[in-house]
Amino acid sequence: MNRPDAVIEISDLTMAYGDFVVMKDLNFTINRGDIFIIMGGSGCGKSTLLKHLIGLKRPAKGIIKYGEQDFWNSDREQMETMMREFGILYQSGALWSSMTLSENVALPLQQYTSLNTKQIEELVALKLSLVGLAGFQSYYPSEISGGMRKRAGLARAIALDPTLLFFDEPSAGLDPVSAHRLDELILQLQNSLNATVVIVTHELASIFAIGSNSVFLDAETRTMLAMGNPRDMLESNNNKTIQNFLRRGEVAP
Amino acid sequence: MNDDRVKLHSSNEGKLLVSLQGDWLLETGRPEPQSVCDKITADKCHIISFDTNQLENWDSCILTYLLAIKDYTQTLGITFDPNGLPDGIRELVDLARAVPPHKQDKEKEDRGSLLVRIGDDTLALFKSAHQLFAFVGEASFPLARFILRKSKFRASDLGLFLQETGAYAVPIVSLISFLVGVILAFVGIMQLELFGAQVYVADLVGIAMVRVMGAVMTGIIMAGRTGAAFAAQIGTMQVNEEIDALQTLAISPVEFLVLPRLISLILMMPLLTLFADLMGIVGGAVIASGFYDVNAIVYFNRVIEAVGLNDLFVGLFMGFVFGILIALCGCLRGLQCGRDASAVGDATTSAVVTSIVAIIIATALIIIMCAALGI
Repeated sequence: MNRPDAVIEISDLTMAYGDFVVMKDLNFTINRGDIFIIMGGSGCGKSTLLKHLIGLKRPAKGIIKYGEQDFWNSDREQMETMMREFGILYQSGALWSSMTLSENVALPLQQYTSLNTKQIEELVALKLSLVGLAGFQSYYPSEISGGMRKRAGLARAIALDPTLLFFDEPSAGLDPVSAHRLDELILQLQNSLNATVVIVTHELASIFAIGSNSVFLDAETRTMLAMGNPRDMLESNNNKTIQNFLRRGEVAP
Repeated sequence: MNDDRVKLHSSNEGKLLVSLQGDWLLETGRPEPQSVCDKITADKCHIISFDTNQLENWDSCILTYLLAIKDYTQTLGITFDPNGLPDGIRELVDLARAVPPHKQDKEKEDRGSLLVRIGDDTLALFKSAHQLFAFVGEASFPLARFILRKSKFRASDLGLFLQETGAYAVPIVSLISFLVGVILAFVGIMQLELFGAQVYVADLVGIAMVRVMGAVMTGIIMAGRTGAAFAAQIGTMQVNEEIDALQTLAISPVEFLVLPRLISLILMMPLLTLFADLMGIVGGAVIASGFYDVNAIVYFNRVIEAVGLNDLFVGLFMGFVFGILIALCGCLRGLQCGRDASAVGDATTSAVVTSIVAIIIATALIIIMCAALGI
């Protein structure tokens, strides 16, 4: 299915580590403006799928298309051009520990723009203030809390105003209030940047609060079970595994 | 072994009643369940039940006892009646057996006979050498770009590494080179004394240090000090996904991380080698003039006469080569690091060992080359 507003199209994707097949026969589309959730039980390959989408792991089989462009069959330069549109938040923030927050957020700007130091400083201040970390520019990642590291990672992810945001377990390790605030932040950013967001998560609260489209990966059958809006899945999809997951193991009414 | 905390009573309908009494605690130990299992088979019981009216304090050791019995009854198809057990014990026994055990056999690594292992390890060695060569290539492109002033790393990083690999290494390099000079002088002068040729210890120490030993000792020190540090820094970044973060920003980790380290060692190693040479010669002087009546002025004059420019250039060239090898081995092992803490340890160790092996091989090759060229 080739819809005109499809941002990412995954066809027949198989992911494997050597001989071990993590997931096979994945077919789904991520549309513009979606907040797309990749969900499934632990160890089903959600983060691995994310790695395939952002250019860290080559598929064993299948095609990942960004717009009309086949990502993995393009040459290195084309891939890098596509990757410039990505903003990625890693599970633990993955901030460069030998650099301050300001240097972390500034690096993408230094690499890809020709702005001068002062302009970059202003942008860094802006991004940090958007995530509520104004004033923390000269702190090192080891000097701030885990939640703050995530937010700093998010500030770095949005440094170049990307159109595609990828979040790997953004609420992991956050208390419920911080997780909720992060959800709201994600919604605000998506709105203002007109971005498409792909989130790997198993936090039901976030999935139902902000997810508009999703794919469910199953660890046992090693393939996808369903795709669509999570709330629709909750109501109309009768698959036992999915119902169990979405209802947190409690018996469906 | 009879323990009076267990009493067995079997009826003739094939029913076995097990009475458990007293304290069943980890400190007091427990009897073996084997006695119960034997009784079950001996009397051909088909149901086993429990009486715990006189059971006092219990902890996990009673659970392992009961679970052993339960598993045994399961294999024989006998009924295990838990009703006489206290609620707490019953729930725990059920919980322990609620999830069936993981069936997948983890393939036990069969490492094969000694011959197979030797073969595998040798092949791994060749593969490792191949990877190093490939990495030399990978690092040359960014280096060329750097020389053409087009590369992307942070100048502040380079400054930091110059300081760490250069200035901060001077004390340890001086100390050890001084010691090497002392040792060379000591050993040499003992033999030279027999011919009354003590004064030629200056030639010995001077040429040895300047031509080979200065570079090799500095190389080995720096391999342990800096090669390990590079591997640990980059390996830890790998564990923290920091290198993934660079890659997805389309920043080449080789250009960003390896290049400043490589350049700093290329610049600093020859300088450190020079310093090591000097300290070694001074060490020799201390021994010769302090213990063996060789006049210090005579010693230094002999050094100036004996050591030629060729020796110096060979030594500095070796230092330069070793710098490259240490940087590449350290960074390569760091980039190859796995994703957990022990992997960082492995990467560090491997970096040091690989660097030292590379240094020794390079030394041999350079010496052969110099002999062939008549330098």
